[in-house]
Formats: sequence, C-alpha cells, structure tokens
Amino acid sequence: MKPRLPDGLVAFVKRGCATCALVSPILRALREAGQRVTVFTQDDPAFPEGLAPVDDTSLEASWHHQIETVPTLLRVEDGAEAARTVGWSRERWEALTGVAGLGPSLPGLRPGCGSVSVDPDRVDELAVRFGAGKLHSRRVELAPLEDEIEALFERGWTDGLPVVPPTQARVLRMLTGTSRAPDEVVAPVPPDLAPATVEKVAVNAVMAGCKPEHLPVVLAALEAACTDQFNMHGVLATTMPVGPVVIVNGPLRRAIGMNTGVNVLGQGNRAGLTIGRALQLIVRNVGGGRPGEVDRATHGSPGKLSFCFAEDEEGSPWEPLSVQRGFAKGESTVTLFAGEGTRCIVDQKSRTPESLANSFALALRGVSHPKLAMTFDAILVVGPDHGRVFGEAGWSRARLLEELGARLQLPGSELVRGAGGIAEGLAEHFRDAVVPKFRPGGLLLVHAGGGAGLFSEIIGGWVSGDGGSEPITREITP
Amino acid sequence: MTILLDPTSERTVASRPRVARPASLLGKRVGLLDIGKPRGDVFLDRLEERLRAAGALTSRFVKPTYAKPAPTGLRQQIAGQCDVLIEALAD
Repeated sequence: MKPRLPDGLVAFVKRGCATCALVSPILRALREAGQRVTVFTQDDPAFPEGLAPVDDTSLEASWHHQIETVPTLLRVEDGAEAARTVGWSRERWEALTGVAGLGPSLPGLRPGCGSVSVDPDRVDELAVRFGAGKLHSRRVELAPLEDEIEALFERGWTDGLPVVPPTQARVLRMLTGTSRAPDEVVAPVPPDLAPATVEKVAVNAVMAGCKPEHLPVVLAALEAACTDQFNMHGVLATTMPVGPVVIVNGPLRRAIGMNTGVNVLGQGNRAGLTIGRALQLIVRNVGGGRPGEVDRATHGSPGKLSFCFAEDEEGSPWEPLSVQRGFAKGESTVTLFAGEGTRCIVDQKSRTPESLANSFALALRGVSHPKLAMTFDAILVVGPDHGRVFGEAGWSRARLLEELGARLQLPGSELVRGAGGIAEGLAEHFRDAVVPKFRPGGLLLVHAGGGAGLFSEIIGGWVSGDGGSEPITREITP
Repeated sequence: MTILLDPTSERTVASRPRVARPASLLGKRVGLLDIGKPRGDVFLDRLEERLRAAGALTSRFVKPTYAKPAPTGLRQQIAGQCDVLIEALAD
C-alpha cells in the first residue's frame, strides 16, 4: 500500500548525497520557523541530525512516491502531493515553501543525487517487493535443481524454442511499457475464448523476448487477431499453412527499432520477431491453441512461429498501407493478415511499370492454385528496386492495384474443373464468365525490403471475407 | 528459489464424459451436420440412406462456413432436436 504522507513539507534525503547535507540546515530553519517539516531518510536513520527523520531504509515510501532524485521536496495538502521540486534551487524551494531568503550563503543551484529507490541494483527487487501485489497470475515455484528453461518446455508453454522465464521482476518491467492496468481484459483469445488480461499478455511478451516498448504493439495485434472478422479460431484450426501476419505502420516502427530494409522478412530483428512470437504464444498459452490439438495445419509454415514486419514508408513511392486503410499518416497501426509463407517474384529485366505489372499478375495468379479465384487474398511486398519503377512512372498505389486487377481478369474456361487436365478448379457455371483472381480489396500492397535486388514477395492468404478471415487494421495506443 | 508467473489462462478445459452410446438407432433422431467442405454432402447423403434404412430419423444441418465454429443458435437447435449427431468433416 502506498504510505500516506503527512501534510506540510516532506523531504526525501540520503546521507550519501552532498546536496542533501547542503539543504539540511534549511530544513531545520524551516521547521524552526514554524513550518511542518517531515524528512524521510533512505540510507541512515540518524541523518539529518536534529530533524528526527522517518526511517525509509526499506525504501517503501520512496518507491511508492516515485522518488528519483534526492533531495526531493514535496508540499503535501490533505494527504496529496501539491508540489514537487528536486535537487536544490533557491528559487524553486522558495516558491514551493512560500518562504523567502532561504540559505542566503548557499549557491543558488545544486543538482541532487540518484534516489536509492532507483539504484539499478535495487530497482527490480523493490518493484517485486512493493509492486507484485498487483499481479494476479498463479506463482509457479521451481524446485532448486530445476533448470528454468527446461521447466518451461516441460510445462508445454513454449513454441518449440526456449523462452525467457517470466519472473515477477521481468513482468513488472514489461508492464511499464503500457499505461493500461494489468487486470484490464484485452480480448477473449481463441480457441478457448479465455480472457487475456494485460498482465497475461505481458507474461507471454516476456517469454517471447519483447522489450516493454514492444508491448503496445502486441496488445494492438492481439485485439485485432481476436476480432470475429479476423477469425483467429479459424486461422488456427485450418489445415492450411497460415498464421497471423502483422504489418506495422507509422512512427512507432522506427521508435522501437523495427527493420524495414535488408532481410525485412527474415531473421535478425528483435522487435519484429518477438512481437510476432508473443502474439502466437498468447494464442497457445492463454487461448489453448496448440499444434495437433485445435491447430490442424497439414504443413504449417515457419511464419507461425513469428511473422511481423514493418513497411518502408520513407523509401516508398506510395502512401503507407495504413493510410490506404483509413488511418492518418502520423498514426501507428498494426494490420493483421492471415498469411502463409513468402514466395519470391524474380524480375530483373522489367524497366517499365507495364512489364513489371505483367510479371506481378502472372506470379499472383499462382496464389493458392492458378485455377482458384476470388477465395484467397494476398499481400504483395514490393521491393524498393521494383517500387522505384512505379515511382518514376508516377504510378500510385491505387493505379498499380487497378492495373493488376485488369491483368487478373481470368477466363472461366481456364478455371473450371477439368480444364487443363486438372480436376481442381471453379464450378462449371463459371465457364463463360470472366473471373477476377482477387475479390475487391483482396490484394494488399506493402513496400519493404533491402536496397538491392529486383525482387518482390507474395504472401498468400487464407479463405477471405465473412466465411474466413478479413484483414484488420488497428491503431497502436500507449 | 525461482518464482515464475503462469502464462496460461489457468483454467483446465473440463473433460466432459461422452453421452452413453444408444443401444439402437431405431426411432432415434440423427443429426447430419455438413460443415460446408466439398463433397461433405455426398458423404452425408449416403449415410442418410443407410440410417433411414436402419429405422433412424434424420435431420440435416449446414454450418454457414467451415472456417468458423458453428453459431450458438445452430448448436442449440441440434442439441434440442437430435439424439445423435454425425458431422461430415472435410473433403
């Protein structure tokens, strides 16, 4: 519990701080002048002499009142903090106390020292001692000879790779990444539809290897994944090799160090890999979605471990994906897409947008099966060398989508069952129709990749729309 | 001692006992649920013929999409009307 402070002036000090020693006579003078002065001391209960300090060597008051510097001087009214100043500044101390002429022989300004309560050696221990009460997850005590990493494998809580043990200190640190309360429910997670609290998300984010600043992205991705439109239950349960693909847009991408360039869809970037992994660990651990149980994928895909990347907005010839999907340019978003692995389009010869669009259309025809149409969405990740061709020719995002749409109007006679000697295909009644490969809005464009290589990538989708999964974009909030 | 926080929902899904197998299907109503995958109807048509020949009553149901769990209303309707349910899973 947060200790209530007495009304009047309250100072936090430690003997090991020269500025605290400097201000001690002023605190005494204030008390002698009739002010109500209470001093909390962090390291030596006898310091400062003559002020009968309150012993805060436990640091409980300092921790709860978020003291970062000593001396800190507070003015407390009716038990609530009304004003605060740190270090010694005659001007600020006079303003806070309402007393003029303080410490006339002292220099006007002296910085303070670090509070013991934020000492890097103590901060985790204090957070657990005073803050762990807000955590409600079951405590799992490991036996002295149990290896932490192995213990997590044995309990079935990993995705097949080692996870970071979710200690109380790590989870509390993770929770500093969001302003949301630990007990707030983020979403019911399929397949069990178990409610995931912010705390459970933080526990799994620790395990995935996230940093606190990644947590808001994980929270937004989870909210998007657990909508009826995205249909995480179906994405998990299907025999197809799909999982949640997370695309991040907006300023937060850069702030948290996401990769948008070389090897953007590959290994090596902590932010992207751990955010995508955290989402899947939550589905596994909170939702109960495990391979071979509700997850019935015939092959799965490596992306089901983690598939999260960011758009290269700075180098893009187009406005960001998030803007196309209705968000303002300065907003950070996640877009969730039910996607398989990646497939490279090699075109090193095309120098005109028409030729390149022809290549893309031909390659996109292969999504799911060249004879299936309107059922599966796709993401086209346009590499910078390809993007430049469209940029220089003045093709907007909308123009490229329109041109691809025109090139992907397929003759039904080539698609129906039996055509081409292949039983798979559309129903016979499509024979005389012209069928678009993708439903309206079923093709998403993202600009990303390294600065060399005339390549783009296709991420094929799962069953689209109401009967399957709809791409969802959500704003990331702190 | 290391103390970790449980990452799960902390609720074990209750294992539910199966309903007792009926001694005979004679006069029982058998629900036939087509989840919407290709050729599920072919499978259920044949089953329906055989079940009727064996003296069972049948009712047909179709899920709106195979990609999502059956809606609550449909599940309640099946549970209310049928003694037994057969689901045609896939392809």
